[in-house]
Amino acid sequence: MKGLKLSKNVKDNLITYGIVILAYLIMEIMIKTGHISSLLQGLLVPLCVYVILAVSLNLTVGILGELSLGHAGFMCVGAFAGAFFSRYMQDVIEVSLLRFVIAILIGALSAGIVGFLIGMPVLRLRGDYLAIVTLAFGEIIKNIINVLYVGKDANGLHFSTKDSMSLGLMEDGDVIINGAQGITGTPKDATFTIGIILIIITLVIVLNLIHSRDGRAIMSIRDNLIAAESVGINITKYKLMAFSVSAALAGMAGVLYSHNLSSLMATPKNFGYNMSIMILVFVVLGGIGNIRGSIISAVILTLLPELLRGLSNYRMLIYSIVLIVMMLFNWSPKLINLRKKYSLKRLLKKTGEVQ
Amino acid sequence: MKKKVVSLLLAASMMTVMLAGCGNSGSSDAGSGSVGTQEESSDADAAETETETNTDEGSDAAPAADASGAVYKIGAIGPATGGAAVYGIAVQNGADLAIKEINEAGGINGHMIEYNFQDDECDNEKSVNAYNTLKDWGMQMLVGSTTSGCSIAVSAESANDNLFQLTPSGSSVDCITNDNVFQVCFTDPNQGVGAAQYIGSNGVAEKVAVIYDSSDVYSSGIYEKFAGEAANQPFEIVSSEAFTADNKTDFSVQLQKAKDAGAELIFLPIYYTEASLILTQANAMGYEPEFFGCDGLDGILNVENFDTALAEGVMLLTPFAADAEDEATKAFVSAYEAAYGDTPNQFAADAYDAVYIIKAAIEKSGAAPEDSVSDICDKLKAAMTEISVDGLTGEAMSWEAGGAVNKEPKAMEIVNGNYALIQ
Repeated sequence: MKGLKLSKNVKDNLITYGIVILAYLIMEIMIKTGHISSLLQGLLVPLCVYVILAVSLNLTVGILGELSLGHAGFMCVGAFAGAFFSRYMQDVIEVSLLRFVIAILIGALSAGIVGFLIGMPVLRLRGDYLAIVTLAFGEIIKNIINVLYVGKDANGLHFSTKDSMSLGLMEDGDVIINGAQGITGTPKDATFTIGIILIIITLVIVLNLIHSRDGRAIMSIRDNLIAAESVGINITKYKLMAFSVSAALAGMAGVLYSHNLSSLMATPKNFGYNMSIMILVFVVLGGIGNIRGSIISAVILTLLPELLRGLSNYRMLIYSIVLIVMMLFNWSPKLINLRKKYSLKRLLKKTGEVQ
Repeated sequence: MKKKVVSLLLAASMMTVMLAGCGNSGSSDAGSGSVGTQEESSDADAAETETETNTDEGSDAAPAADASGAVYKIGAIGPATGGAAVYGIAVQNGADLAIKEINEAGGINGHMIEYNFQDDECDNEKSVNAYNTLKDWGMQMLVGSTTSGCSIAVSAESANDNLFQLTPSGSSVDCITNDNVFQVCFTDPNQGVGAAQYIGSNGVAEKVAVIYDSSDVYSSGIYEKFAGEAANQPFEIVSSEAFTADNKTDFSVQLQKAKDAGAELIFLPIYYTEASLILTQANAMGYEPEFFGCDGLDGILNVENFDTALAEGVMLLTPFAADAEDEATKAFVSAYEAAYGDTPNQFAADAYDAVYIIKAAIEKSGAAPEDSVSDICDKLKAAMTEISVDGLTGEAMSWEAGGAVNKEPKAMEIVNGNYALIQ
């Protein structure tokens, strides 16, 4: 019985990996044979970014059961840490793949550490405090980056929070982070293949965590905190574990994001509150705690506004209507009943009975 | 077991539906492109009926030429939704107006122009998506992006494809690091240095305060160059205070600091919405310094609920003012108002000029619509350094190979609710 249950998990995971790999193969074939529009080709890396973000947020929201409204903030930390490293080391490390891999590690690590620091005081509390603190964090980190000036010259690194002139750079100096103007000229190292590899790494980490002893401890905290505490589970430790892993993965997505665009700025549009909510929307519509659902909804909801471009300004209207309809379809009790009544599964069963 | 099979089936069917959706995008692009052009032609009809200029001949001639020969395809990108939509829509309409005029006058070397505008929501990533959409549509030349950050992101892509890009209003120097990108507007350093030199050489003030938006590329870019040049000028910056996009309604702290430091002039390298608040609040606290701004201030007289009397005496360096008295500006403003029911701002004028600059460059180089995108780009790149264009935003505009424009900034002063050129 136990063996069967385990293999069910494995099978379930294999389906998730299979979907990702299948999508990758189909896309690669389409690229190789030239049956792909430049729009879609340009969207491939952002799709990977959003899938990683959705899956990692699902770890916090779905598995840990805590609401986080600052996921874009962790992405921002990772994006700037990674892009800063790549810009700084552009002339030192010539091999782009090596540089990118180190940048990813640095981005993930720095976002993970920030997540740990934020989680340490907040996750000891019960209630919605994490939502409040992460919401504030997302806004603060954006403003900090907007006043941060970092340059390098022969004497090493210079920092300032005033403007780029007070860095006091020498003639050959290079301003790397230029306040609101952000980082320009990040090498474009992100590719679809690396994006897919990162998705698979994310899935391996998240799915294995969920199905491990630690994962069951985390889910027990979500389901009944008092019961979990009474059987001796260290609540803060497991909460912190899930939250920091989630933040680190978001940082990884940020690195991928920053290496796909040549100019990186912390604007309300890309790292603000709205982005955090958007990632939360991916998670909620995909099904809270459902990793595969997060992947699918992130892909659909990222593609949708771009594929609707033909409708010019109506696309935003249609996009929001689709969101509402999806929400009703997924969560309205009436529709859930209706769906059960007329589900494909049931129809298949019926025809099976008839035969 | 059966459950697994079914869920696998469902997942697979979902994937196929999704991928079918993706696969279609290539072919459906043609459809969306034609939707765009249909809209335009209906727009064009509406505009023509409104302006009531020899409508029949004009609208008949255009589609006929479209069907018969090759056309130039010009794309444009800007924010049509979101907080910066004012600028994107101005660029959209400005370019649209110029293209309609050119098409009515017989096109460029006899070839018509097709036009497609894509929204980027003022987001770098969306701007690249918009660029890729236009590429699928068959764009040969790009008027865009409207904002600096987006222009930088798009220029990396267009350099990769070697596609000619002319940004109407992306003013950062980083926009033109690639050799296929040119600017219509001044670069930020040009504006900052120009403003400092103007204040210095005309002895407008000795103690200057600056209020700028540190979260905005345009504003902080100008501020830095202004402060850098101020060191060489006979005036002193006594206070420089920043605000951010999240906190731009109350400026009393910044104004109080400027007042305490005894500033005679406040330099405002910001957009007009915030500037109107600063003027109102300075007036409320009884502080009456002189105000000096850059092209972002153009439009301040049209802010709703703003007492334009407060803007009296405000000086600004701007290439375009809708109230200017010359013939070209008058004609442009009246045509724009008739077509879109709105007073054009500097962005619209930049985009309008951008289209005519492309026209001049095509005529100079002889680039044909049948040429490949890369060939057109190479020809236009060479032609850009040779042409000189008289436009709304400057006379005898010329370009270096680097992409920056050479034109004289015009210093304007607001007198009796109108812009007047300071000689």
